[in-house]
Amino acid sequence: MINMTWEMFLQHLANGISLGSLYALIAIGYTMVYGILRLINFAHGDIFMMATYFAFFGVFFGLPWYIAFPITIILTILLGMGVEIAAYRSLRDAPKISIMISAIGASFLIENLAIVIFGGRPKAFPTEELFTKVVYIGNISVQRLTFIIPIVTIILLVMLLYLINKTKTGMAMRAVSKDHETAKLMGVNIDRTISTTFGIGSALAAIGGIMWGLKFPQIQPLMGVMPGLKCFIAAVIGGIGNITGAVIGGFFLGVSEIMLVAIFQGLTGYRDAFAFIILILVLLFKPTGIMGEKISEKV
Amino acid sequence: MKKRNYYLTTISLIFLVIFLYFAHNYMDAYIVRILNLCAIYTILGLSMNLINGFTGLFSLGHAGFMAIGAYVTAILTLSVNSKIQNFFLEPIAAPLANVEWPFFPALLLAGVLSAIAGFLIGAPALRLKGDYLAIATLGFAEIIRVIFTNTQNITNGALGLKGIPAYTNLWWSFGIAAFTVLFMALLINSSYGRALKAIREDEIAAESMGINLFKHKVMSFTIGAFFAGIGGGLMANLLGTIDPAMFKFTLTFNILLIIVLGGMGSITGTVISAFIVTISQEALRFLDQPMDLGLFVIPGISGMRMVVFSVLLMIVVLFYRHGLMGTNEFSWDKFLNAISLKKPLSKGGKYNGNA
Repeated sequence: MINMTWEMFLQHLANGISLGSLYALIAIGYTMVYGILRLINFAHGDIFMMATYFAFFGVFFGLPWYIAFPITIILTILLGMGVEIAAYRSLRDAPKISIMISAIGASFLIENLAIVIFGGRPKAFPTEELFTKVVYIGNISVQRLTFIIPIVTIILLVMLLYLINKTKTGMAMRAVSKDHETAKLMGVNIDRTISTTFGIGSALAAIGGIMWGLKFPQIQPLMGVMPGLKCFIAAVIGGIGNITGAVIGGFFLGVSEIMLVAIFQGLTGYRDAFAFIILILVLLFKPTGIMGEKISEKV
Repeated sequence: MKKRNYYLTTISLIFLVIFLYFAHNYMDAYIVRILNLCAIYTILGLSMNLINGFTGLFSLGHAGFMAIGAYVTAILTLSVNSKIQNFFLEPIAAPLANVEWPFFPALLLAGVLSAIAGFLIGAPALRLKGDYLAIATLGFAEIIRVIFTNTQNITNGALGLKGIPAYTNLWWSFGIAAFTVLFMALLINSSYGRALKAIREDEIAAESMGINLFKHKVMSFTIGAFFAGIGGGLMANLLGTIDPAMFKFTLTFNILLIIVLGGMGSITGTVISAFIVTISQEALRFLDQPMDLGLFVIPGISGMRMVVFSVLLMIVVLFYRHGLMGTNEFSWDKFLNAISLKKPLSKGGKYNGNA
């Protein structure tokens, strides 16, 4: 049944790790927003999708990648903050269900605007020789990107942990996530802190989106939906609200998804269902995830 | 007063039946189809409103329940011959090949199977807080779609099923919609309904009053799934063709729009907005098609319609959170007061208004 050489195993593992790193980058955005607002930002997957389109048009209009990609990141940050202001800010004291409906509305609006503006047909993402060149190690052939993605992810994770644990902005974010009212009394600007959180999450989604486009060079307006859902699941697996957990969850989901399909080839069609089955198992047996802590509800 | 309201209700029901008879026999097929869809969306909206509006859970799995219902009735009611025609890639699994059920039992089984699926997904997810339910039900709907795309010898995979007998007519759709309205009204006004509303307002308070949260949530969820399955079944036998791509998130979104627009927690609101949304879905179809204004032609942009609907949803949630009806219901007393020219006298017999 299992018919795999060592080389093939390593090849799949490398693919799994790089897919997992992309999941991790997007999952961080979910987990940060959830930590601070207790809200699933349904639009996050679509912000990721918009980032790939920004990058696509940047390169399409002739900008070299080292200019196009930073512009992409800035535009995506603005988009993420814009979504927060338009869809979530005025609902801060509204019932939870209204905020979630607003989140879904925002997500749907972005998707359909993208269909109207960019057209529903997939576009080919420009590949950059520097990243996509295939290198051989022994018998394994991998794109450079396969190594670049995990390294970028780890560097970003370290930077983010530093930001959250050592800087004043990070302290404000932690304070707001513990208790909005108290944080406000301590002089924290809640709106600005939440905006920053969305900005950081969107920046990571943008970097994830660019690398996603380079790795899977076909982009279309609904491409954010599935990765979005899976990355939220990754965040739940790792323990929602915990950034390191989100990264671990992302790696776990990416590697196990690739391995599952590689080992049981008959299950290829069910690949997208796999993440949800894991989600339900996690919810049943360890709802707090790998790194999460139990939050008791206040009356 | 009671007697007057009773007569008024009876008279309007008779008018409805006369209208349906007229529509069934004399109106053109397109309008009948839209009316059918209105009734089906009423059923779907009510079933989702029970879960989301009355119980305060946030479920996004409706497309999945509908898919189960639609496929069950489709497979059961397809004639043996059209089954052979449909399943040309891979023959249908043996036990299903020779079944051909009448509509009603097929519909009932569709509801029951969908309710069982609702129970299986709800039981684990409902132990947790709202957001997990949202994502788990969304995931469930996706899993159902993925499974139906892959089970070639049961659902015919991505090819879908064609030639489903058109059993759904106005009597079926409006009859079941009326039954659903009645059922929901009775349920909401029973002690179960009050428990559900208590859970919506404050879970912890409800629990400390002795309401079994888990039991009531699962009950609401399972009943919702049952009616969603029935709605899906009616839809399959109305449209005649189904395929897994029909049951994407857009479908759930439409139903969500209906209950948000009508008011989360209002049966009347859901009925009204099911008609509004369904009719405007058709009326706004022109947005997706090229428009000839005589002097110049505006090219049709597909997707424009959904942009309009998502903007509408956002506006309702952001600015009119209670929708059309809030949590209010229709009553003849209120209705007559609203349309009568004579304003009721206020306390102490003071005349107000200048009519």
